Amino acid sequence: MDLLEYQGKQLFARHGVPVPRGIPARTVEEALAAAQQIGYPCVFKAQVQIGGRGKAGGIKLASDREQARRHAAAILGMDIRGLTVYELWIEEASQIASEYYASVVFDRGAKAPLMMLSTKGGMDIEAVAEQDPTAIARLHVDPLLGFQEFHGRRLAYEAGIDRDVVRPVGEMLARLYGVFVAEEATLVEVNPLIVTPQRDVRALDAKVTLDGNALFRHPDNAALRDPSAEDPQEQMAKERGLTYVKLDGDIGILGNGAGLVMSTLDVVKQAGGEPANFLDAGGGSKADAITSAVEVILSNKRVKAVLFNIFGGITRCDEVARGLIEAFAQIKPSVPFVVRLDGTNDEEGRRLLAEANLSGVHTESTMDGAAARVVQLAGEAR
Amino acid sequence: MSIFVDHSTRLCVSGITGREGTFHSLRNRDYGTEVVGGVTPGKGGLHVEGIPVFDTFHEAVQATGANTAMVFVPPRFAADSILEAEDAGVGVIVAITEGIPAHDELRVYNVIRRNGRSRLIGPNCPGILSPGKANVGIIPASFFKQGNVGVVSRSGTLTYQIGNVLARSGFGNSTIVGIGGDPVPGSDFIDVIGAFENDPETELIVMCGEIGGDAEERAAEFIAANVTKPVVGYIAGFTAPPGKTMGHAGAIVSGSKGTAAAKAQALEERGVRVGRTPTQVAELAISLLGEPAA
Repeated sequence: MDLLEYQGKQLFARHGVPVPRGIPARTVEEALAAAQQIGYPCVFKAQVQIGGRGKAGGIKLASDREQARRHAAAILGMDIRGLTVYELWIEEASQIASEYYASVVFDRGAKAPLMMLSTKGGMDIEAVAEQDPTAIARLHVDPLLGFQEFHGRRLAYEAGIDRDVVRPVGEMLARLYGVFVAEEATLVEVNPLIVTPQRDVRALDAKVTLDGNALFRHPDNAALRDPSAEDPQEQMAKERGLTYVKLDGDIGILGNGAGLVMSTLDVVKQAGGEPANFLDAGGGSKADAITSAVEVILSNKRVKAVLFNIFGGITRCDEVARGLIEAFAQIKPSVPFVVRLDGTNDEEGRRLLAEANLSGVHTESTMDGAAARVVQLAGEAR
Repeated sequence: MSIFVDHSTRLCVSGITGREGTFHSLRNRDYGTEVVGGVTPGKGGLHVEGIPVFDTFHEAVQATGANTAMVFVPPRFAADSILEAEDAGVGVIVAITEGIPAHDELRVYNVIRRNGRSRLIGPNCPGILSPGKANVGIIPASFFKQGNVGVVSRSGTLTYQIGNVLARSGFGNSTIVGIGGDPVPGSDFIDVIGAFENDPETELIVMCGEIGGDAEERAAEFIAANVTKPVVGYIAGFTAPPGKTMGHAGAIVSGSKGTAAAKAQALEERGVRVGRTPTQVAELAISLLGEPAA
């Protein structure tokens, strides 16, 4: 779960990471009230999870109420690379002497948190890593030991930051590690971490990704929302407990098991089609789960044809067939379905489908054959 | 032979009194696996269809000589249960539970590796099946028979799909190991492929990877340096968009890292044949194996 900048900064503040004072706002009036409270000059920042907000006109400095009104009106509702801005973060303007980069990353390969510090702040860190890898100091922290002060010193001296801020930067790293562990994040990134002319250090940006599997231990975090990133179909699927990812194509996909569904998307693409979604109906799917999943898939109006690819292990093919028959009775889909049932109770499943004789439902015996068929049917419907 | 589970397996199931735990424990026993006990705190002294239940793993191990654990408890209790089994000295721990927090997995992984006395398979995995010998987990055993193909996979259903094509062509399996779809699996491709390399029964290895992380890339290096047996690979997720978790917690392309294309390329560059579809993987394996043993 990716947080918006201001949500990340509010988390930081709770863990003692120094951040500029700020207030979120959703309307021009709220923004003006916030600016009044913060005092001018202040910065208006569009809250969307995408880089390049500044270049797109989503970050503006306001030195008086009139400017503030203009900026708030312009940024709210703005489209930044496909994302609509619903929220603003208004914060005190910061003076910058130096810009650094700091992060804590969940390093799956090393099975340990990876900490990074660099003097190349304010830039795309992946580009820095490619052009000048030595510009980034890296260090793995033993997760059973946790962050120690020497870790901070090593990173600070190796990165070559100004010597007079080694101690406060080290302290900030310790607190960022604290955020990472306490909030169960998989990414905590500050870019830029600034040093002010008064030699204070602050997190001027915040990028935080939280582990969705750990949210049951963090009810406050679980309640955080990003309206700009929410897709109606994905919301609907989430409410129904389905694993659904919306894609750009027009062939609806349902399968059981994440790997098999991913594989189904690939095989459809190889057959010349474009998948409209990823949907894993899960192991042991019962008929009502299948009906519910069909509703989610068809709520995407771009869908021209649907492919069911089931390999029954725990999932029983006859249950899937019953679910599909029930879905047809309730929803009466107008697009063709291709169904491939294999594995546990597959013969029974195919028999049920044959008996029901649903119009527009085609059965196939192989995954490759089913993919070819659904691509053909979607093509005819275009 | 086979790897990790066989006739010597003595299984103790954490969460045996739950609905899923009971169902699969009995299924495993029906297959021939020696299910010697279960653990559910507070339910010690009960029996599940003749299988004794204990309050702690330590008691269970002492009373039954269990050497293998299967963990079925919900995510918030799973890390604790794995660590308890490890502390009780259980040698092989299979964690089926899906949805364990990543930081819990990190702690569990590092404790197990540091102590060096247990092997963890999973979490979020279908388990281990050595056809004809033992089934520990939720793999539908009826599709598979004993044979010479070792399979290691991050995905359950994808494994069944490939295994089924092989079985229809007359090929069986030494062992099928689901390492699971989470970001920090207890055992990785390298651990399992290394075991298959040393297993006399295994003549060919099939590995099924997917997007996310760099386990496949590291496996490619390992295979080039250490594996003499033929390896056939598959990678799922070529069409997955970056930044989206595709069902498995570990299946995510982060920025430019963890793509299917990079993984397939890494494997092919080191001599692993990679099939473009699950069917093609099975066909490649069959062409390398020749005729199935009678």
